[in-house]
Amino acid sequence: MSDHWLARPATIRLLWCAFLAVLALTVAAEFAVEREAHFSVEGVFAFGAWYGFLACAALILAAKAMGAWLKRQDRYYEEPDDDR
Amino acid sequence: MIAEIVHPGLLLIGGGFALSFLRGRARALVALALPAAAIGLVLAAPEGVLWRGSWLGLEIAPYAVDRLSRLFALIFAIMAFGGTLFALGQVSRLELPAAFVYGGAAIGAALAGDLATLFIFWELMAVGSTLVIWSAGTSPAYRASLRYLSIHLLGGALLFAGIAGHYADTGSVAFARMTLDSAAHWMILAGFLLNAGAPPLSAWLPDAYPEASWSGTVFLSAFTTKTAVYVLLRGFPGTELLVWVGLFMVFYGIVYALLENDMRRILAYSIVNQVGFMVAGIGIGTQLALNGAAAHAFTHIIYKALLLMSAGAVLHATGRRKCSELGGLFRTMPFTTFCGSIGALAISSFPLTSGFVSKSMISQAAAELHLLPVWLLLAAASAGVFLHAGIKFPWFVFFQKDSGLRPAEPPLGMRLAMGLFAALCIGLGVFFEPLYALLPFPVEYRPYTGWHVVLQLELLLFSGLAFFVLLPLLRRTLTITLDTDWFYRYLAPVLVGGVETLARMARSAARDMTGGTAARLFALLRRLHGADGVLARTWSTGGMALWVALMLAAYLLLYYL
Repeated sequence: MSDHWLARPATIRLLWCAFLAVLALTVAAEFAVEREAHFSVEGVFAFGAWYGFLACAALILAAKAMGAWLKRQDRYYEEPDDDR
Repeated sequence: MIAEIVHPGLLLIGGGFALSFLRGRARALVALALPAAAIGLVLAAPEGVLWRGSWLGLEIAPYAVDRLSRLFALIFAIMAFGGTLFALGQVSRLELPAAFVYGGAAIGAALAGDLATLFIFWELMAVGSTLVIWSAGTSPAYRASLRYLSIHLLGGALLFAGIAGHYADTGSVAFARMTLDSAAHWMILAGFLLNAGAPPLSAWLPDAYPEASWSGTVFLSAFTTKTAVYVLLRGFPGTELLVWVGLFMVFYGIVYALLENDMRRILAYSIVNQVGFMVAGIGIGTQLALNGAAAHAFTHIIYKALLLMSAGAVLHATGRRKCSELGGLFRTMPFTTFCGSIGALAISSFPLTSGFVSKSMISQAAAELHLLPVWLLLAAASAGVFLHAGIKFPWFVFFQKDSGLRPAEPPLGMRLAMGLFAALCIGLGVFFEPLYALLPFPVEYRPYTGWHVVLQLELLLFSGLAFFVLLPLLRRTLTITLDTDWFYRYLAPVLVGGVETLARMARSAARDMTGGTAARLFALLRRLHGADGVLARTWSTGGMALWVALMLAAYLLLYYL
């Protein structure tokens, strides 16, 4: 039985290629628009791209570190009569 | 003019009581007509103080309209309409009337011209929302509703103390801009911030909201926190503390949402995150920032309700709420997937969605004041929103692995509600002028410049890249993450249990030490005063007469002596 077309490996590979192409196009679009940066760092080439990526990587790692300390089983607070 | 006589909030509250007597088609018609009428009334109401009076010696203005209050009353009424459309199939007969009282009280709070009226509607909101959680009918929901109510009653007490102090200082309860110059104003601010989901008591929100029914959470997401944003906008604009409180909320929401497994708790943390943007905007305090905070509250209510509707549709169809048990639902729920994804794009502020035209005003305000750290943190947070709500929610619920679930699309009313709000998310993103025209201050800001769009797309798309590259680190586990509610859900009961054990030990030790004496004393008392004791048993009439005669004789004798 073939799965939904969106879940096939070939489609997913295609989506990845399209995604990477869109990423490249977005960065290239910086040359096409008028710059109106308020800060010098905002004017650095592809600021949104590298800053967005690094910010997200930092957030994920921070969450991971916090999780190591604060994660508990999800029945932690539950009581015996719970009926969810 | 009818709009000056009929208060839209009281209309909904009264309508909520009326709804509890109706059934079937009449109930559905009345339930949809009331919020529609409230929308009309809010739009038709002229500016100014429409009702004024004197109550307990206070000069009050229970119905006052200006641009800011009209904007919030309008979005609350729109939300009541959309939420009702979504909830028509809800079997609980308590939930919709409770939601009407809740939504009506939120409108009443937005239209309150004085602090006394505000306080009454504020508390009514706590009651209405508790009943909404309660009507889910499960024991976790009941317990969560009690915790929720306790926290909100605490906030109400703070607010009341603050208002009383403010009245004692100034002799007026008029609701105007305040500064942090007295203990009373600090208490008012604390009461407001508690409802906004600010630290340290933010945990009430992700604790309680996800326990409501599939439709109840949709109502809950809109009113309490956004009423808090409204009162902060009116009471404390430009208070620098709020910038930092807001930024804390933004990152707290992201990190906790990243760790969360329950789809509606992800969205609940994301409410705190979004309200953080608004609170930060209020703290920045320029006209552009305040416009941005108000506009963001307006657009946020719509896309957050849409996200929770799509989650509610999944819960309604599958009965499951954990990401680790969901996935692959796009196969049989394409419409819900589509609408949920529109909501996800809007919360992420994608260009051409409502979030972009509102949130970018706050960042722009930070840039115009050259607040570099604030601007950098807001930009990082914008990327983080896409990470935790924009991709994570739709990815784990509708895509990722195939969970094997093949649920059907929800009933027509729910689909219509989702379609309506999805259309508003796109509509407000493309045709933003009507929204800008409603904002409290004149708007000169242009959202769609090439630079804004490219920068935002870079931020978002590369945050998407980070999500898929680091996906192994985001694998869902059957866990929760401890929050500040741990102190009152775990630590406090343990402490109370410990004190109880200590008291029991002390009691038994004391009994052992004094055991012999005490036991003899009690035996004597029982012998004399017990049921058959000498001094307690029933005496015969003859015996009584003899004793009385003897005592009289003794008295006579003593008298003569």
